[in-house]
Amino acid sequence: MKIFHDTKLMFIRNMQHTLRSPIFVFVSMFQPLMYLLLFMPLLNGLGNVPGLPAGKTVDVFIPGLLVLQALFGTAFVGFSLIDDIRTGVIERFLVTPVKRSAILLGRVLRDAVVLLVQCVLITLVALPFGLSVNIGGFLLSLLLYALIGVTMASISYGFALIYKIEDPLAPTLNTITLPVSLLSGIILPLALAPIWLQDLAKINPFSYAVDAARALFAGNFQNIGIVEGFVVIGVLAILVFLWALNSLKKMAS
Amino acid sequence: MIGDLVIETKGLRKTFVSKDRGGRKEVEAVKGIDLAVRKGEIFGFLGPNGAGKSTTQKMLSTLLCPTGGEAKVLGYDLAEQQEEIRQNVGCVSQAGGADLGSTGVENLVLQAQLYGLDILTAKKYAVEFVERFQMSSFIERPASSYSGGQKRRLDVALGMIHHPQLLLLDEPTSGLDPQSRAYLWGEIKKLKAEGVTVFLTTQYMDEADKLCDMIAIIDNGRIIVTGTPGELKSNVGGDAIVFSFSSEETARNAKTLLTENVQVERIQTSDNSVYLNIKDGEKMMPELLRSLDARNLEAQSVTLSRPSLDDVFLKYTGRSLREDERK
Repeated sequence: MKIFHDTKLMFIRNMQHTLRSPIFVFVSMFQPLMYLLLFMPLLNGLGNVPGLPAGKTVDVFIPGLLVLQALFGTAFVGFSLIDDIRTGVIERFLVTPVKRSAILLGRVLRDAVVLLVQCVLITLVALPFGLSVNIGGFLLSLLLYALIGVTMASISYGFALIYKIEDPLAPTLNTITLPVSLLSGIILPLALAPIWLQDLAKINPFSYAVDAARALFAGNFQNIGIVEGFVVIGVLAILVFLWALNSLKKMAS
Repeated sequence: MIGDLVIETKGLRKTFVSKDRGGRKEVEAVKGIDLAVRKGEIFGFLGPNGAGKSTTQKMLSTLLCPTGGEAKVLGYDLAEQQEEIRQNVGCVSQAGGADLGSTGVENLVLQAQLYGLDILTAKKYAVEFVERFQMSSFIERPASSYSGGQKRRLDVALGMIHHPQLLLLDEPTSGLDPQSRAYLWGEIKKLKAEGVTVFLTTQYMDEADKLCDMIAIIDNGRIIVTGTPGELKSNVGGDAIVFSFSSEETARNAKTLLTENVQVERIQTSDNSVYLNIKDGEKMMPELLRSLDARNLEAQSVTLSRPSLDDVFLKYTGRSLREDERK
């Protein structure tokens, strides 16, 4: 089918760009590694915090940390798209018969693959810190992270297509990533929060993802939070992707 | 003949809506143009910056939706059959659109694949164009390292990789050095020899004059005149001739003589010279010289110059295209 053919071409093209300077795959892992090395010991020092899910700190912290990586690691991919708009690459693609959706799909899939490599590496680094993880749950959680990555990347591309210049993009993305990460109980459990903050967190889709990821790592497959997490993030990913696709189509109107 | 038209537009319009602080603001970039581009010709769309050239080109390539009017490209309806148009038209935008992070070869192969060609055919076509455009010395390097001329060659090759019947070029030689320009002109003429129709926009009069079979001059969103370069220039009112004499008196006498004996469009003297505009200056020259000789009014020098497309632009708009170029 044409959409698969075109998406494959676009995915390869974008992956070639990533592999041309693979060092950046590792550079954007710096932030979670810093959390792991410089912040997790603080959590350990807190001892038994009320509201922190049962289990070792590292087991609770790592799944959330990977959500953080999914949010911040893919948030700024829009800059590469602005570069392609400026050099006329996107216009060149748009006057070929290539499917519009493939132009974006090839990008978000590349971003998802890069993210998954990072997630696996971070998890491996966390093992010596005493992380115990359910293998099946971990593999399933990768799909969840990929969906979060697709969501954030689509948001980034959508704004890139609207602005077409760099300046407003970074502040816009920061305005989105910071509150959703603070409101998802990654750094500290939301159980510590006052009621109004907890209520606010309930409308943050990514807090469902954090709950689902923690349940998956622990192997609690009966936990209804897993289904909720996938449904919420899955629907969100589709919606923002369609929104970004619409922005791309508007470029040619 | 309708059947021979590769591009045909009727009242094609484009209005951009910009949302400003003051509310909606409409800008009419293209105000209803009629075009008829015949198969196999090089059609030049000449006009100053902001005249609507690129907007028209983008509409014809399906990148922009027209606000009004209709158009057929290669017989396909612009509103209904965009897929067919994209598949069969080649297009090179002003920015070019080569992927600077990839090598020239990667660019060419991917572009061919985007047109649905399999990988083997795509590679074959890439090799063909590398040879044709003499790009082998640099094509394996990332496009970011190319000179302006090299990048432009890659841009044009990308537009042609699938062997389209119609090529749309938006200011193909803008910003190029004279050598690269001459090279591209040669390649565009080769395309014509192969039967490809070329629609190009340009703000250079010499380019339109030397390269194009037909020219439409566009200004402020409207086509002001269409014709072959020769037709357009002969509309201006003949060639310019300058006779220089040994004294002002001789010049004045010559003016009187010529005004009485020859049908001139315009004649005036300045110092020792007579300036006149006349139809078919080349053919009239011997007769003019003979009648001057008969009265012993001996010209010391004579120059004959053809009107340029700038004179055409000047005649229809009251402005010089060169003035716009300098802005």
